[in-house]
Amino acid sequence: MRYLPLTPEDRCEMLARIGVHDVDALFADVPAGKLRRAPPDLPGYRGEIEIERLLGAMAAKNVAAGTAPFFVGCGAYRHHVPATVDHLVQRSEFLTSYTPYQPEIAQGTLQYLFEFQTQVAMLTGMEVANASMYDGSTAAAEAVLMAHRITKRRKALLAGNLHPHYRETIATVSRLADDAVITPAPQPAGREDLARLIDDTVSCVVVQTPDVFGNLHDLSVIAASAHAAGALLIAVVTEAVSLGLVTAPGDMGADIVVAEGQSLGNPLTFGGPYVGLFASRQKYVRQMPGRLAGETVDVEGRRSYVLTLSAREQHIRREKATSNICTNSGLCALAFSIHLTLLGEAGLRRLARLNHANAVALADALARVPGVTLLNDTFFNEFTIRVPGDAAQVIEALARKGVLGGVPFARLDPSRSELADLIVVAATEVNTPADREAYVKALAEVIRC
Amino acid sequence: MLNREGRPTTPPAAASATAGTFTGNRALRIEEALIFEIGRPEVSGVDIAEPNKFAPRLGALERTAPIGLPGLSEPETVRHYVRLSRTNYGIDSGIYPLGSCTMKHNPRLNEKLARLPGFADVHPLQPVSTVPGALELIGELARWLIELTGMPALALSPKAGAHGELCGIMAIKAALAARGERRSAILVPESAHGTNPATAALLGYRVEPVPTRPDGTVDVNEVKQRLSGDVAAIMLTNPNTCGLFERDIEDIAEAVHAAGAFLYADGANFNALMGRVRPGDLGIDAMHINLHKTFSTPHGGGGPGAGPVAFSAALAPFVPLPYLVSEPGRWRLVEHAGDAPAGAQPFGRLTAFHGQMGMFVRALAYMLSHGGDGLKQAAEDAVLNANYVRAGLADVMSLPYGDRACMHEVLFDDEWLHGTGITTLDFAKAMIDEGFHPMTVYFPLVVHGAMLIEPTESESKAALDLFIATLRDLAFAARRGEVARFTEAPRYAPRRRLDETRAARQPVLRWSAPAPKAEVAE
Repeated sequence: MRYLPLTPEDRCEMLARIGVHDVDALFADVPAGKLRRAPPDLPGYRGEIEIERLLGAMAAKNVAAGTAPFFVGCGAYRHHVPATVDHLVQRSEFLTSYTPYQPEIAQGTLQYLFEFQTQVAMLTGMEVANASMYDGSTAAAEAVLMAHRITKRRKALLAGNLHPHYRETIATVSRLADDAVITPAPQPAGREDLARLIDDTVSCVVVQTPDVFGNLHDLSVIAASAHAAGALLIAVVTEAVSLGLVTAPGDMGADIVVAEGQSLGNPLTFGGPYVGLFASRQKYVRQMPGRLAGETVDVEGRRSYVLTLSAREQHIRREKATSNICTNSGLCALAFSIHLTLLGEAGLRRLARLNHANAVALADALARVPGVTLLNDTFFNEFTIRVPGDAAQVIEALARKGVLGGVPFARLDPSRSELADLIVVAATEVNTPADREAYVKALAEVIRC
Repeated sequence: MLNREGRPTTPPAAASATAGTFTGNRALRIEEALIFEIGRPEVSGVDIAEPNKFAPRLGALERTAPIGLPGLSEPETVRHYVRLSRTNYGIDSGIYPLGSCTMKHNPRLNEKLARLPGFADVHPLQPVSTVPGALELIGELARWLIELTGMPALALSPKAGAHGELCGIMAIKAALAARGERRSAILVPESAHGTNPATAALLGYRVEPVPTRPDGTVDVNEVKQRLSGDVAAIMLTNPNTCGLFERDIEDIAEAVHAAGAFLYADGANFNALMGRVRPGDLGIDAMHINLHKTFSTPHGGGGPGAGPVAFSAALAPFVPLPYLVSEPGRWRLVEHAGDAPAGAQPFGRLTAFHGQMGMFVRALAYMLSHGGDGLKQAAEDAVLNANYVRAGLADVMSLPYGDRACMHEVLFDDEWLHGTGITTLDFAKAMIDEGFHPMTVYFPLVVHGAMLIEPTESESKAALDLFIATLRDLAFAARRGEVARFTEAPRYAPRRRLDETRAARQPVLRWSAPAPKAEVAE
């Protein structure tokens, strides 16, 4: 077995050194009858060739996004990741290290986390950011818990246009932690009146921009309403690239910004691993969840980085910690940071403009298909169309024609039958004019029949 | 009593600096500035076309103010990150014996397969009809985990071990609620990982500690004394964080179940058991499995992990969405409660999508590479290696629970250092100078100055012999009073000891542009 260095002779010598006859003697504390002597009922070991064949066959059964005109988004986006990013994250000193508990031999990890935190703070328009969370949705749930700690209230107001899976993620934690959640019905055209639902029992208002239908929101009005009632504004961004072109939530009064960072540096991978961005105001830093890298010096006075403010964390505070989080998303944060370093501000802005331009062109082209209505006044790289009939069937029919045309809203929330004719469509820099034309043609055909 | 004094955070008095160089570099060790100091906003290492003129649809929300993000050209980017990487110690560098973290070899076949476009370039919301291979892979992973745990149901979406704990305790809370019960306490042994009490508290439970008996395990009688109709569960790590198998576990399970409570197992240490002991056979109701520990997916400097949870039949109905249901000839993806099979009462959703697919591919590749026989052998080798380290060091370091067999990790305390002026932290830092990553220190909290060594099955006998010889040499040096070898360590690492107190007292958590030079007063 190629991963196991011990030889049978080694094992004999080692058992002798330990002073036992066989390895089962080392399992003596296992209750009688519960130590299994035969190997588990599973296939035997295999070489690389066979495993590549097996898993290669499974992979080949999926339609890879790169093989079709592809317009699926809703919280995960297909962007081009420069070759450099994937090469660098596979540097073994990044790949095979762990949480930097010994900072003297982990400065590489600590410095990139410090750089990542700074990039995230700049991108979101906030003062501080942590070293990453599992993904955007879990970051949103942690943000709500943080707001409860700060305000000492236990009710969250979730915008109706929050991604339904984010809503469910927050609602699940809230329900099981005995906290309250209120959420109005979605408004696909983007006009929600949340202010009327805020009172002095609400700890936070959670608003997504661009929202799940793609609409952009000026958060400053709702921020003012929240603050007037003593509540916090939590902004959710599921498409990090939008921050290169759209006003940052931090510049519109958000107190906590959480985002899905997958778009930069990380492939789609069927939903994970991704990287949650979590940023807030300096005054709330001791209530933040997750790891934080900070600057200090070593005994020779050299600038160095170290995990800090760990008195918030579970390994020190146990049941009094701000979160139970331990492992986060280090390597995905590194991919995000490398991609953003490669882009720089000029590159990010150009990338964002290209995304927006492709989405505008696609939205206008689809809106010209008879029977199709575009719902958005504003959007970044994702928008919503209304089609005649059942959107899920339209998407399946498009897939049969080789076009992956978006997400039927009912896939996210089947309880809203009045929204079963909506498709959320995303376009990014990877889409070509030919992709767009293929989509328009296929959609016209599908709707006609 | 829990040892809460923890590790020292301020280094001893500054030692003399070694001879300097003009650059501050030391040959291959190159000091690297922050991207904010070497990059510029107008520089980009990515060539993207500027779009043709078009009418934006941003309303009044275009971001116009400078963001400040620096850019680097591609060669500068490569050099920056390569230089950073060289200051890190990884498993590929040498033995990384962090107890309870299972730092085993990360096979590169796993990386190759996770990057196949059919896995890496697949969207979680593309039509289910276009992803049968993804469902098949997840189903196959589930088959292996079910066989290895002896437990009938799995939640695959948890993103890491602590997320798995949350999932498990949520299922328990939901199951109790379905019985019309509301219980308020969870028992957690003192030796548990900090994530266990933090998870229980997050869900509103009162945490009741269970003391560790003198042999390092949990006494069933101590559990029984604390059980009542108000106890929802016990969270037990087995093998525990002292590296010992909880030999009362069946009695504990029986007592817990008799009280109407559930047995949650922290599966962080499953590497000792896979292929040899099935948690389901011991009466466990829920257990998370750290795919990044037991099944070799890379730790990546602190994640991403993956923490699927195995459930007993009693908790199976409460598995969160989304999940797979096995149907003749195919796997069906259930994303909403309305599509769930009869009797299912999923407690909700833990994350936006289906879980850590990239980690599933890697973990399954690891399993297939070993096969059932190889996984059993790996667990045995992990236990053998830990005991070999124990046997090699038992006469020079102190074992808090006596010289008895351990599982996959061996726990020493600092009693043997008393009177030397050397602490556990000093000893760990001296290991760095010898080219080793230190073990886990000051955890578990139930012993003083803990040193928890987990070599894993990936180490050869020769590597362990050198490791043992080195630790013996250090132990003798400590006894001989060579204090400076420890208190001044590490001397040869990219950094010497850091001032952690300063980092916490005056937190600098991001780079800020230096203040412009003060203008000359008129």
